[in-house]
This record gives sequence, structure tokens and C-alpha cells, in this order.
Amino acid sequence: MANEVVDHGRRRFLTATTAVVGGIGVVTAAVPFIKSWEPSARAKAAGAPVTQSLAKIEAGQMITIAWRSKPVFIVNRTPAQLATLPMVDSRLVDPKSDGSSADQQPKYAQNEARSIKPEWLVLIGICTHLGCVPDFFPELKPQPFDPEWKGGFYCPCHKSRYDIAGRVYSGVPAPKNLPVPPYNFIDDTTVQIGVDPKGAV
Amino acid sequence: MIKRQQQWQRYIFSAALAFGLVFVGTAQAEEAGGLPPAGTNVQDQASLQRGAKLFFNYCVGCHSLKYARYARIGDDLGLSEAEVMGNFNFTGAKYGETVVSSMPAESAAKWFGKAPPDLSLEVRAKGADWVNAYLNSFYLDASRPVGWNNTVFPNASMPFPLWELQGLQTAVLAPGKPGQDAAVEKLELAQPGKLTPAQFQRATRDLTNFLEYVSEPAALQRHHYGIWVLLFLAAFTLLAYFLKKEYWKDVHEA
Amino acid sequence: MAKVLTSIGDWIGERAPGLAPMYRKHMTEYYAPKNFNLWYYFGSLALLVLINQIVTGIFLTMNYNPSAAGAFDSVEYIMRDVEWGWLIRYMHSTGASLFFVVVFLHMFRGIIYGSFKKPRELVWLLGMLIFLVLMAEAFMGYVLPWGNMSFWGAQVIISLFGTVPFIGDALVQWIMGDFLPADATLNRFFALHVIALPIVLLLLVVLHLAALHEVGSNNPDGVDVKHGSRGNRWSPLAPVDGIPFHPYYTVKDLVGVGFFLMIASFIIFFAPTLGGWFLEPDNFIPANNLVTPSHIKPVWYFTPFYAIVRMIPSFLGSAVWGVIAMFGSIAALFAMPWLDRGAVKSIRYRGTGYKVALGLFVLSFFMLGAVGSGITAEVIPAWFGNVDVTFWENLFGRTMTAIYFGFFVFLWAYTTFGWETTKPVPDRVTTHD
Repeated sequence: MANEVVDHGRRRFLTATTAVVGGIGVVTAAVPFIKSWEPSARAKAAGAPVTQSLAKIEAGQMITIAWRSKPVFIVNRTPAQLATLPMVDSRLVDPKSDGSSADQQPKYAQNEARSIKPEWLVLIGICTHLGCVPDFFPELKPQPFDPEWKGGFYCPCHKSRYDIAGRVYSGVPAPKNLPVPPYNFIDDTTVQIGVDPKGAV
Repeated sequence: MIKRQQQWQRYIFSAALAFGLVFVGTAQAEEAGGLPPAGTNVQDQASLQRGAKLFFNYCVGCHSLKYARYARIGDDLGLSEAEVMGNFNFTGAKYGETVVSSMPAESAAKWFGKAPPDLSLEVRAKGADWVNAYLNSFYLDASRPVGWNNTVFPNASMPFPLWELQGLQTAVLAPGKPGQDAAVEKLELAQPGKLTPAQFQRATRDLTNFLEYVSEPAALQRHHYGIWVLLFLAAFTLLAYFLKKEYWKDVHEA
Repeated sequence: MAKVLTSIGDWIGERAPGLAPMYRKHMTEYYAPKNFNLWYYFGSLALLVLINQIVTGIFLTMNYNPSAAGAFDSVEYIMRDVEWGWLIRYMHSTGASLFFVVVFLHMFRGIIYGSFKKPRELVWLLGMLIFLVLMAEAFMGYVLPWGNMSFWGAQVIISLFGTVPFIGDALVQWIMGDFLPADATLNRFFALHVIALPIVLLLLVVLHLAALHEVGSNNPDGVDVKHGSRGNRWSPLAPVDGIPFHPYYTVKDLVGVGFFLMIASFIIFFAPTLGGWFLEPDNFIPANNLVTPSHIKPVWYFTPFYAIVRMIPSFLGSAVWGVIAMFGSIAALFAMPWLDRGAVKSIRYRGTGYKVALGLFVLSFFMLGAVGSGITAEVIPAWFGNVDVTFWENLFGRTMTAIYFGFFVFLWAYTTFGWETTKPVPDRVTTHD
């Protein structure tokens, strides 16, 4: 028979409930599509930790390896190079890496040498200005870009400078210290990039 | 004028027909040309683990699983990285990498006449029943270069890696007709192996099960999600039905 | 909140005054007959599947590699390494097959209720064009995984064009861009499948709906509601037996969507290959131009048409007659508005001869599908033992082909020479709630 009296309350309730349940369904259905943008197993495998032997790296020498398609600098620092670190503190933006560069290294590398073992420096070699790969200038002698040069890195693109712990100088375009990736020592002569040391925070 | 009851009969019939067709379609392909059913079940994790162990001990020397990753096998089979890398990885591959056989393809092609095929999708392509039957049907055949033949895949260039477990099967030939090669009537176990026939059948079932999992790792997850999706949709459809009924009170018989 | 929405609505309304009237014209003031039944769900379901194909297709394209060297690997990459890639792939492959289930049922509705007759011939023609484009789209989509059935299916179907006299071979080479289906073929099929044909399909769907709304929907009684009296509880000018499409049919179609999604989900999550009917085992082997699969057959939705090609023998040195017959089987459907000259639209009031003929037509379609998919070739020896399979399959298939075409010939004669005895068509629709 004809429905002369429309129960609007019931209609509103049913419409709202169906809309909400349907909406939940649509949002849930969207999740797999959004998640499909996450790195795939293939990307994660390619981004897996990289192990590097330190045996052949001579004192004062740097090698560059790749991790997650980024250049990683590994430097065997000499005592003379380590001694320069306090000398340049006053010319740096964040010498203790606890200010603007607080997020540029794991806690275990938040020290003056920015490393686990003082002689081994591990950095991601990407300038924090616009992403060029800085050059390695280890020698303690005056350079055209700095007459007081105490060794470190110089970026050819826009002339940013970093010391021999990757800390950025004041007055250059780059804002932050060079990043330190997660890494740990598997043994005294082998470093693994991409994994924190056991028990590290 | 169609009565309400008749109309409902039609709805139910159509739904039943739809589901019936779906079930028939699914069932139809299970009869794989007269082969005995393999009895695999990818949800049986213990079986998958045993099958994986067999595969990596007896098969990966020649056959790669180029679409399968060690890490995924570890996660899906409930094995730790150490267990997988220690027991399954003999090629020095990294944990996240794919399962490549240690035999170089060109050498394999030279030695066997044809490179041993990758087995990632073998069960999806041939069916679990076929793969299981194949594993059970090797027999000694001096006329073949590799010394082995197989009743399920005649003249395959594959030697039988599981002979230690099964033992040695020989073919009993049917009386030959003149001008024709003698057909294999049945296989019999001439020399027993380390496993009894029942144990060997379980081993090949496990191995086939593992290969079935490798063919489609997603099978482990989709059943689980499917149940929730169907329950949700049933609830939604019921709700939508009440909504429809409420609005359609406005539409009355003329 | 409601005030904000209303003011946004007003702002848009001042600048695009035609939008609100368009919404009313196509939704709340589109008066559809109130007696739609089960057969009327499939149009909205087809639209749902189209949207599914587009969305899942877009996401597949993000990871698919359209080269002969990389395509097969990229599909396995999606199935295993991409998060939820397996689900997106299965939604796409299941959707493709369900698209044809829905479209066949949708077309069947048009046939049984005479929805192709005046004034809806244009709706029907546009629908048939959609069907043609959909077949091309599905064929090309099936080639993309570059499995062995993709390759050989492409080889066989493209070679059908080689039967065209004089230009056949050049035509085949032009379609493939090579001497066999190769990288060039795969790349162009990718472009056509992913962007060109979807745009054409969307355009045709818009035109199909626009054409429908111009003349209004048919209904299971074939009674033209617009010719009847006017005035219903929503509007004094609307047909008495019409109801606003929104909310009544939107809400009813929602239930249909729910049921359909349940069936689709069962397949996707519990039987994605559907026993080899939706995803064929031979396609899990990479394309190999040296090894043909033991049974080449097209995907199930092409099997009736493929059977027709096979059943027509070659003569006069050419196999083109089978190809002509295959296209003819679809052309006959295009011609329905002009073949069926009966005045009565709906099967409910048509003569017994028509019902019998239609039943035979449906039977022939299914039986041709059995022939095209190789079922008859298996069943004949299984049921009848050691007989000449080819002879009996040809006899059966040719009989079914004759019945298929015979339906159209019969229908034309039946309605042109006045052999049909119809029942009286009611003035108003016979409704069910």
C-alpha cells in the first residue's frame, strides 16, 4: 500500500549509517593502493646494508662506496687531522652537532669527531645545500678558497666548506653538517653501513 | 504481474547460478588429465619448511627460483634470517636477494642439452598434481644420455636428484607391438632408498607444496583478507538493502 | 557545516549555472520506469567495473615494464615485491572477465526487452561500439603480460587479418611492426590499451548515457512510459509510472553493487585464476616464439566468436570467410533494430516462436563457447570414445553457427512477414516492488 507518512528520521539514520559503512569500505580499499607506493621488496633489497673492509684504506685516505644509491665517504683520519677539530670550532655553524645539525647523525656519532671510533669517519657525501658531492681536501695547507684551511671537504658547486668531521663552516650556502648514516663495526677492520650498532639508542 | 515469491525464486536462482558457475569453474581444472591429486596445502607451514629444505638440498644446484627472495621465504615460512642464510643460501647471495642457482646457465645448457628451467612458476604453469607426479615417476633408462627417463615427461633431460631418498625405479615394459617402441606399463622399485615409499610420497608432496607456495606467495595472505572482505561486504549489502527498502516504500503498486 | 557547503554551492552556481539543472535532469528529475528488475543492474555494474579497470590499471602501469624483455618479469615483480601488488593485479584480471559477464548480460537485457528499438537505436549502436572497443581493449590487455598465451594469442588473432585478400600480409606486418609479435607490437599495444582506447571507451560511455537520457529508459514490459498519462507523486509533468532515478535507483543499484562485489571478492581472494578460466596456466610461462602451447585458445569471452572463425572452412583458396563470419556475428547484433521489425518490444508479450528462437540463440552462444574453448574436443572422445573428433566437432560447431545466424534470419522473416502472434501489451507497466 502507499506509504503516505515518510519516516525521515529512519531515512536519515539508514542513509548516514550506509554512507559511513560504505565510506569505511572505500577508505580501507584505498589502503592497498597507497601502500603500493612503499619501497618494494626489490628496492629494499637494493637498499640493504653494505659491508666494507677497512684493511686497505691507508691513513689520511678516503674511499667512496655506494649505499642506497648514495655516495658514502669512509676516511681513515690521522692524529694530525683529528687534532685540527677543536681549532676550527669558532668558525663552524654547529660545532657540537646539537643545534641546527642535531638531526644529521645518530646519537652515537654526536661528538666532536662525529664518529664511533675517532680515526674512522663515515659520512654521506651529499652537500646539504643543493646535493652535489663535495671533493676531499685532506691536506692542511692554505687553499684558494680558504687561506686557513685545516683539511676537510669543499663543494665545487656553490663553494660550501666542511671540516674533517663533516661540520659545516659559517658563511657558506650549506646550512647543516654532512649527514652520518647508521653504521657499525662488525669487527675492527670491517664496517657495515645501514645498521646501528647493537644496543645503540 | 509477478508474485513476490516467484520474484524471490528468480533472485535466488540467479545467485545460485552465479555461484554455481564459479564453483564449477574452479573445480573443473582440478582434474588435471587423470593425474593423482598431489594433496598440497600451502597453509601447512611445517610442510613448506620440509619442502624448502628438500629444494635447497637437492634442486637449487641446477634450478633457480628467480622471482623468490630469501627474505620472503624466511618471513612466510616462519624461519629466521640465520636459519635461512645458514640452511638455504649456498651462493653467497644477500638476504634480500633472489634465489639463483649456482650453476651457470651456459654450462648447464652444454651439459644437459637444455638449461634447467627456473621453477618459480612451475606449479602455476603445470599444476601441483603434474609436478608431484613428475617427481614420483623417474626411472632408470640406459638409453638416455643422463641415464634417467620419466613417464610423466618422456625424454626429459633431467637426472633424478632424489634417488637416494626414493631408491631406484625401473620400468616394466608392456609387450611390444611389432614396429613400435615398448610402452611403459608400470614402474617398480628395484632398489629401496633411505625413505619408505610412503615417506617418499610425503617428501614429494612437501616439495611440491613448497613450489606451489613459490608460484604464488600471496596465496598465504589472500585467504585471510578474503574472509574479512566478504564479511564486511555482506554487512554492507544488508545495510544497503534496508536503505533501499525504506526508500522504496514511496513507490507503490498502481 | 551545511551552511558552508550551501554557500560553496551557491558560489559555483553563480558561475556555472548549468550544473545544478544538469544534475536534476540526469539524476533527481530523470524519471525511469518503476518496474526495473534483475536485468537492469548490469548497466551500473558495467560502469563500476570500468572505474575499477581504470584505477587498478593506473596502479599496474606504475610498475609494469612494457618491453618484451621486461614485461613478464615486471608482472611477477608486481605479484611478489610490490606491496599489495598481487591484489591490484587480481582486481584487474578478475575485473576484465567480469566486465564481459556484465556486458553480455546487459546486452541480453536489451535484446529481451527490445531496448534497441525505436527511439533507442542510437543507444544500442553506441553500446555495440563500446562492445567492439572493449574487445580490442581486452585483447591488447591480455598480450601485455607477455606470457606464452599472450604471444600465441596475439600471433593467431593478428594473423586473421592476413586472410584479407591482396593486402593481408602487409596488413599483418603493419599491425605487428615486425615479422612476428615482438617488442614493437607490445609497445604499441601498451599505448593503445593504457591511454588511447580508454579515452575512446569513456567518450562512448558518456555518449551512450546521453543518448539514453534523451529518449528515456525502456522497461521489462516494453511500455513507453512517456506516452502514458502524466503526473506522479514527485512531479505533475513526469510520467505516471516514472520514479526519480535518484534516490530510488541509486539506492537500489547500491544493493546490486554489494552483491556483485561479494562475487568479485570471492573470486579475487579465493580463486583468482578461476580454475584457469580467468588466468590461464600457459600464461605463467614466458613468451616463446619456438614453443606453441598445446591448446591455443582465446580467453573465454572470445571463445564463441573464435569458434565461428574455425567452423567456416576455407574455400577459393582463402580463409577470409571465417573472419568475415566472425565480424558478421557482431555486425548482425548491430543490425538488430532493422532486423527485428516487430512492434512489440518485450519478450513478455511476444510470440512463442520468438521465445524458442531466442532460447536456441542463447544455447548456440554457449555451445560455440564450448567449441572455441576446446571443451567439445575433450568431451567428444570422453563421451563417445574413439570417433573422428574433428568431423563431429565441425558438425556440432557448424550446426551451432547456423543456429546463431539463423536467429537473425528467422527474426527478420518472423517479423517482416507477420508470422508472429503477440499478446496484448498493457497500457501501463506491471510493477513489482
